[in-house]
Amino acid sequence: MFASFMTNAWIVATIVAPVAGVVGFFVVLRGSAFPAHAIPKGAFAGAAGAALLGINTLIGLGVFSLLGALGIGSLGRRGRHDVATALALVMMLALGAAFLSRTTEYEPEIYSLLFGEVLGVNSGQILPVALLGVTCIAAIIVLYRPLMVSSVVPEMAEAKGVRGHLVETGFLVVVALATTMTVPVVGALLIFSLMIGPPAAARSLTSRPGLALGLSVVIALITVWAAIAASYLYNWPVGFFVGAFGALSYGLGRGWAWRRTRAVAARV
Amino acid sequence: MHQLYTWVFEPGFFASPQVRVAVTIGGVAAVVSAVTGVFTVLRGQSFGGHALGDVSAAGGSGALLLGLSPVAGFVGLGVIGAGVMDLIGVRRVRGRDLATGIVLGAAIGLTALFLYLGTFSGATAGAPQTILFGSIFVITSGTIPVVVILSVTALATVAAVYRPLLLSTVSPDIAAARGVPVRVVGLLYMLALAVSVGLSSVAVGAILSTALLIGPAAAALRLTSRVSRAIVVACSIGVGATWLGVLLAYDSFYWGSSQQGLPVSFFIVAVIFAAYLASGLAPAARAAAARRELAGPAAAETGPDQIAA
Repeated sequence: MFASFMTNAWIVATIVAPVAGVVGFFVVLRGSAFPAHAIPKGAFAGAAGAALLGINTLIGLGVFSLLGALGIGSLGRRGRHDVATALALVMMLALGAAFLSRTTEYEPEIYSLLFGEVLGVNSGQILPVALLGVTCIAAIIVLYRPLMVSSVVPEMAEAKGVRGHLVETGFLVVVALATTMTVPVVGALLIFSLMIGPPAAARSLTSRPGLALGLSVVIALITVWAAIAASYLYNWPVGFFVGAFGALSYGLGRGWAWRRTRAVAARV
Repeated sequence: MHQLYTWVFEPGFFASPQVRVAVTIGGVAAVVSAVTGVFTVLRGQSFGGHALGDVSAAGGSGALLLGLSPVAGFVGLGVIGAGVMDLIGVRRVRGRDLATGIVLGAAIGLTALFLYLGTFSGATAGAPQTILFGSIFVITSGTIPVVVILSVTALATVAAVYRPLLLSTVSPDIAAARGVPVRVVGLLYMLALAVSVGLSSVAVGAILSTALLIGPAAAALRLTSRVSRAIVVACSIGVGATWLGVLLAYDSFYWGSSQQGLPVSFFIVAVIFAAYLASGLAPAARAAAARRELAGPAAAETGPDQIAA
């Protein structure tokens, strides 16, 4: 399990999980699950475009995830936010379908881009992933206070002069960065599970934001490590285990919260 | 004149059996999606509507693996997914987003597993692409009766709970005070949504399923604030976009010299997206008209189902 061909997988997963845990914490706090699903999925179309033009996949992913983030931000300004997200997503996917129809050599790659190929990471991918990861964390640190305030008490944020729309767009751009680095590794669809399950579990375990953020990172790390180990042992796709463990951790968190409220009620 | 005609409808458009199937199934899917979509947009459940498409795709890939009918897989797992979402908190606005996300994450994991296992049995060559994008040019005409029956069921469900659904969408509190069983109505609507989305996912693909559900309804609700009128407008936009898209995709084989068409889903989504953007111009035009009207006696029409979109 710790053989040399697995080393890269462990390193990359250990970089990806904390980023997903931190970004995902704010995704759950702000109720941005739909954009967090739409940006990686739409970015997948960018990978198809990059394959068509013969350029680096990472560039295609980056351009499309940024376009998606800015598109959702500007469409959502006038009109309903969830509608804007849905329409931005389908438009990107439609472009992806058009790109795919023009190329034939791309087909085998689709599965791994959608569902991840953490066991096929090469050492050249580690540096860009690490750089993007550091950028994401730095951006979250810069945005930390306005993000926190505008997520928890939007009225107070307005009063303090925090511009909600700018913060929202900035946050979506961070999601886009996180997407770019993680899609080639865990796949367009499963980065979403990693950004939802662990933070949601952490939030149901504690109501203190700092502690929840830390727990979210820990649970994300455990989820990814367990998923790689299980994938190695059972030879099933790593994406399945990430999805299953993510849902499981949320279920356990909810169960724990339920028991605690019952215990409190019994004491009263 | 004839030249213009053949320029618009490239030769063989009306004779092609694939086109006929695409026009029929696409039209049915567009109508059902538009009707359920108006409520989806009003209730702010676009994410749920999209997620059910992915959930039903997991059912589709499972059915492929087990050798079951894809329609049964798509619709079956979609209905189960809608039930689970409703159970773990789709009703409360705060918990809805999360509940949808958790179900979606688990379903995506299942899709990954089913497709992976399927590649060994050899039944799913090219399946990821079909599941993700779908294509209405590959439907067999034998699927049409099942699609029509399920569509009618979904439409009948929405029609049966139309009034209470509308009331509990606009104001759950008033609905509850008037004795409307808000939970049951919400669940029935979710099930109708699941059938409609699962159906359109298998018939026209996951992209078009979301596009037809949200796009026409959102555009229509920007154009009119009466829900009954919005449903009619949404159906027209949906069907119009679908047929125009099919025509453009067919014609695109003759564009340029490569004799290589672009996918039909691309054209339909592009038309819907353009319609949504164009509908954004309507409120400005309406405000100008209202200013003119203010001079004379304002004879605004008010009905029980009038809602600020």
